[in-house]
Amino acid sequence: MSTAVKLPARESAPHEMSDYDVERIRADFPILREKAHGHTLVYLDNAATSQKPKAVIDAIVGYYEHENANIHRGVHYLSERATEEFELARKSAQKFINAPRPSEIIFVRGATEAINLVAQTYGRTHVHAGDEVLITAMEHHSDIVPWQILCEQQGAKLKVAPINDRGELILAEFERLLTPRTKIVGVGHVSNALGTVNPVREIVTMAHARNIPVLVDGAQAAPHVAIDVQQLDCDFYAISGHKMYGPTGIGILYGKQALLEAMPPYQGGGDMISSVTFEKTSYNRVPHKFEAGTPDMAGAIGLRAAIEYLQKLGMNNIAAHEHQLLEYATRAVSAIPGVRIIGTARHKASVLSFVIEGVHPHDIGTILDQQGIAIRTGHHCAQPVMECFKIDATARASFGIYNTKEEIDALVRGIKKVQEVFA
Amino acid sequence: MPDLRDLYQEVILEHSKSPRNYRELKPADHKAEGYNPLCGDRFTIYLQMDGDSICDIGFQGSGCAISKASASMMTQALKGKTKEEAEKLFHRFHEVVTGKTESHGHEAELGKLAVFAGVSEFPLRVKCATLAWHTLEAAIEGKQEAVSTE
Repeated sequence: MSTAVKLPARESAPHEMSDYDVERIRADFPILREKAHGHTLVYLDNAATSQKPKAVIDAIVGYYEHENANIHRGVHYLSERATEEFELARKSAQKFINAPRPSEIIFVRGATEAINLVAQTYGRTHVHAGDEVLITAMEHHSDIVPWQILCEQQGAKLKVAPINDRGELILAEFERLLTPRTKIVGVGHVSNALGTVNPVREIVTMAHARNIPVLVDGAQAAPHVAIDVQQLDCDFYAISGHKMYGPTGIGILYGKQALLEAMPPYQGGGDMISSVTFEKTSYNRVPHKFEAGTPDMAGAIGLRAAIEYLQKLGMNNIAAHEHQLLEYATRAVSAIPGVRIIGTARHKASVLSFVIEGVHPHDIGTILDQQGIAIRTGHHCAQPVMECFKIDATARASFGIYNTKEEIDALVRGIKKVQEVFA
Repeated sequence: MPDLRDLYQEVILEHSKSPRNYRELKPADHKAEGYNPLCGDRFTIYLQMDGDSICDIGFQGSGCAISKASASMMTQALKGKTKEEAEKLFHRFHEVVTGKTESHGHEAELGKLAVFAGVSEFPLRVKCATLAWHTLEAAIEGKQEAVSTE
C-alpha cells in the first residue's frame, strides 16, 4: 500500500474522530434533502460524481455576483480581483496535493483531459515507433484510450499489467513489463470499478529505477485519501474536481516543473503565449503554456471551496469515516446469500462492487432506484476489468463523506427486495 | 409512482429465467448482433427466412431481465410471420413501451407482448425492451455491423 494513503490510526488522535459529525456534514449538502421516487435520497454513486456542499455552490454564485471578469490581461479592478482568486485556487490545489510549486498545477477540465494532455505532449515527444506504454488491467477508460490513441499515432505498443482475482495489481508482473522500450507508465491510484488502492510509491520506485516517468490517475483517490505528490514522487497526477465535491468541468494536472517546461503546448490560443507574430509565436511560461483560452474561472474558485471544505474536515478523518463505512458495508452485503463482492483487495477505498446471482445489475439498479437508492450499474468505464472477472457488469455502491451506516442498512434492505422480486 | 410489479411482471421474469428459442440457428441465413453500451446487454438474433416469411428464429446473448424476456417473447411472436407483419408488430410494441397514446386500443394486436406496457413508466429501460427488435430489423435487412442503442 502506498504510504501516502494515510490511515487514521497512525495519523489522527482519537478525539479528532469523535468530532466527525456526519449529520452536520449532511446539513451542508442541500441536495441530500431531495426525495427520489418519494423516498429519502440515499446517494451511493459518489465514484461517478459527488454532491456539492453549500460552500462550493456559494463560491460559484459569489464569483459571478461579485468578481467575474477575464483573468491575466485586464487592467481593471474586477480583472485583477478575478485573477487573484483564480491564482489563489491554484495555490490551494498545490497545497492539497503538496506540490512544490503553484506553477506545477495546470487547470484542466478533469482527469480525462489531464491524461490526454500528457499523452499528446509528453507522449508525442517521447514515445516513438516500437516503444511501449505500460498501464494496468484495472484502469478506467480515461487511462486507456488516450494511450491507445498515442500508440496508434506513434506506432508504439500498449502493454497491460495483470491483476489477481482479488483485483490487486500483480507487482512482479508489472515490474517484468518495464522494459528498455517502456517510455511512460499510467496507473490509477484507486480503481473506480473495484476500489483497489494501488501501491503507487512502489510502482514509482520501480519505474524510476529505469528512468521511466509515471502518471497517476488520481480521480478516485483525491476525495478519499490524503495525497502527497512529493512523497509519491510521481511525475504527473490527474484529478477531477467534480468527484471531490467541487464543480464539474474543472480538474488539476500536476506535473514536475522540469518535465512541464520541456513539453510542447497542448492547445494553442490566448493566454498560452508570450508573443505572437505570423512568423513566430513564443509560448508563455508554465503553467500558462498549457492553459489556452479563457479557463473555467468559476470552476477553479468552486474547486478551491471544495478543497477548503475537505481540509476543514481533515483528509485523515474522512479516510477513517469512509473506511468504517466500507468495512460495515462489506460485512453486511457479503453476508446476504447469493451476493458476491467483486474486488476484494486488501487495501480498498470507498467502492463496493457486487453481483447478485440470477439478477442482472441493470435490474438491481432499477429496483434500488425505486427505493430512492442511487447506485451505478454497468461496466463503470472499465470494460477490461469486467473481462478479468468474466462478467458483463456489476452494481456499484460508492461512499462519500456524508454517507451513514443507516444508508448502508437501506442498501442491504434494497438488495433483499431485489432478491424478492426475482425469487 | 410507478410500481415495480408493472415492470417485472411474472411473465417477464419467467421468460428471463427460461428464455425460449435460446439457440443459434445453423445455418442461419440472416444474423445480427445488438449491443446496449449503457448496460452491456448483447444479443445475437438468428433468422431462417422462406421468402418473406420468418420460418425459424433464435437468439443468444446476455442482458438484463427486460432485454432477455423481450428477445424471448419476440421470437415466440414472430415465428411464421412475414417481414411486413414483423415490422408492424415492432411499431406497435415500440408505441406501447414508450407510452405513446395512439397505441391505446391496439393492445390486442400485441398479444402476450402487451405485458411490456409497464416499461413506459421506466423510460431508462425502453432501450432494454427494444434492443432485440432493433437487432431483428438489422438481421432482416442483412446489416453486417453490430446494432447499438446509443
